[in-house]
Amino acid sequence: MEQMVVAAGLGDILEKVRAGERLSVADGVRLYKTNDILAVGYLANLVRERLNGDRAYFIYNQHINYSNICTNLCKFCAFGKDKESPQAYEMTVEQVKAKVRERLAEPITEVHVVGGIHPDLPYQYYLDMLRGIKEVRPEIHIQAFTCVEIAHLAGLAGKSVPETLKELVVAGLGSIPGGGAEVFSPRIRQRTCEKKLSGEGWLEVAKAAHRIGLKSNATMLYGHIETMEERVEHLAALREAQDETGGFLTFIPLAFHPKNTELHELAKTTGIDDLKNIAVARCFLDNFPHIKAYWVMIGPKLAQIALSFGADDVDGTVKEELITHMAGGEAGGAMADTELIRLIRDAGRQPVERDTLYNVIKEY
Amino acid sequence: MDIKRITEKSLAGERITAEEGVALLAHGDLHQLGFLANAIRRRKHPEPMVTYVVDRNINYTDICISACKFCAFFKAPEDPAGSVLSFAELGEKIEETKALGGTQILLQGGLHPDKPLEFYEEMLRFIKGHGIHIHGFSPPEVCHFATLSSLPVREVLVRLQQAGLDSIPGGGAEILCDRVRQETAPRKCLTDAWLGVMEEAHGLGMRTTATMMFGHLETQAERVEHLARVRDLQDKTGGFTAFIPWPFQPDNTALAHLPKTTAFQYLKMLALSRIFLDNIDNIQASWVTQGPKIAQLSLFFGANDFGSTMIEENVVAAAGVGFRLSEQEIRTLVEGAGCVPRQRRMDYTLV
Repeated sequence: MEQMVVAAGLGDILEKVRAGERLSVADGVRLYKTNDILAVGYLANLVRERLNGDRAYFIYNQHINYSNICTNLCKFCAFGKDKESPQAYEMTVEQVKAKVRERLAEPITEVHVVGGIHPDLPYQYYLDMLRGIKEVRPEIHIQAFTCVEIAHLAGLAGKSVPETLKELVVAGLGSIPGGGAEVFSPRIRQRTCEKKLSGEGWLEVAKAAHRIGLKSNATMLYGHIETMEERVEHLAALREAQDETGGFLTFIPLAFHPKNTELHELAKTTGIDDLKNIAVARCFLDNFPHIKAYWVMIGPKLAQIALSFGADDVDGTVKEELITHMAGGEAGGAMADTELIRLIRDAGRQPVERDTLYNVIKEY
Repeated sequence: MDIKRITEKSLAGERITAEEGVALLAHGDLHQLGFLANAIRRRKHPEPMVTYVVDRNINYTDICISACKFCAFFKAPEDPAGSVLSFAELGEKIEETKALGGTQILLQGGLHPDKPLEFYEEMLRFIKGHGIHIHGFSPPEVCHFATLSSLPVREVLVRLQQAGLDSIPGGGAEILCDRVRQETAPRKCLTDAWLGVMEEAHGLGMRTTATMMFGHLETQAERVEHLARVRDLQDKTGGFTAFIPWPFQPDNTALAHLPKTTAFQYLKMLALSRIFLDNIDNIQASWVTQGPKIAQLSLFFGANDFGSTMIEENVVAAAGVGFRLSEQEIRTLVEGAGCVPRQRRMDYTLV
């Protein structure tokens, strides 16, 4: 098989991958520009199996999107709404608690909480929400508030990011999700989400979180107006931050869904795009322990294949996810754990149920 | 069995045996099968081109005496919901197809209990009046016509051909192994009869395709047996233009309790088909069952053809699978895989 990787013009990258040597930005761009997805996938699979063997992780989690009211109104987003919009909503702390209570009978280990940049919910609301969730389900791990929200909360609190994070941790915050990274390039942010926290700002929040002992994830929203070079620069910035702090657990490439967004004239990402983003990330991000194929975004079929193209995680039994769904995501909102386990096993991998921090809950 | 040796043999252009095919399916990993199938596909089709046909599936009736356990489309003859399309409806569908740049129609239906052969001849002449290629009547239908009319298969085919039939679709092959056929579709023609219709058709100068519907009650060895039977006939006649493997869709069928074949197993089976069927030029991706993402990926697992745009499709839809793609979406997917999309006819000449 290696002769096919060589035939695809990737012999030197194969050598590097075999030797565990770090890929350059130019290597990353070449991988993105290679038409032979099998060759790129083969390289990614070498790294995947070296780091994670046959394991394929999933988590039993619950998503809560507390409000879609957002002052950023990014062009690639179908979820965020102006406060005056008839589709705008916000949950009270009691409503959030009720959502958690509804599913107490299920073996959920993580609640994943993200929302818009709300113009007037007070800082106290966020602290109360964390405390409220913990009251209802004390043992649950709360993964909440993207770096963009954290920066906003620090502004509301009038405190530094580390101080704010410490207060959130006391209230119940367990870790930080990877959203809001989009593509770090200032060119892309200016054109698609100019009001959003900058790429540098995002990385600063993530690193601050890592420094106080919080783990976080990282994402990249691909498939809109970014170039291959901008993708690799994004990955390079993440790799550098990870060298500094080691606090990232998982990289999650997110496929842009154009429906109902201001960029609706753009085409949807294809299967090759999706797999390539997973595979290139696995080759390039040598210091990230995990790469996730988020099945809600790319569909369960492709997520299963991704387990052979670099991914070692498929997220979980997500229910009530709204952000992808509003943008025309076609995968159903929920998948039974038995079906996840079947898909993983059928792809020749070992299903491992994990908690947020990748402690093993059960091996199947 | 040594996978590496099988791989080398196949890469050298040598034919693999049924035992080797079973070993590849059981022990070859996804990357090995993909690399091998892709190499063979590129050898057979060095130009980076992916073809598709613009057509419509017209099901002239859903009334069927066969009652196959894997089918969600048919209506039993006593079911009042069953229907037969009128010629006026047929004509409308054909004109719509032509308006969309369609070059052919795929004409298939249930095994109707009592329509005489003349009914089908008249239907063909009517359609031919609209001037379009008719890819119609899978082998089980032809066998059924022969039984009802007490005529030999060859004579039925001659009459259908004279009435306007151009080529024959490869449907109804399911798994070409009588054990599986008897368990899932006991009233449908058996393996030899299916192959017999194709052999006669090829002898009369009609091109045909071959399909395989897998992922129900068959063993892996029986899948390979299916491939071997198709390959043997192709050695004799050379009449198959393409092979189309697609996984059984269990919803709304009598076998609804079976688990659905996953994308992973689909791609392995597709790749094995490309590797094993060294004498068949084209392998089609099944986007209607797999969706756009896996269908695009299929182009690296042996497929060089996107099949039909299926302006209309009823049979798979009845089993709860709803993927739809426009011609433009197909072209975008093909281009996204680094290939050039080209519209073709049934015989793979380009439009």
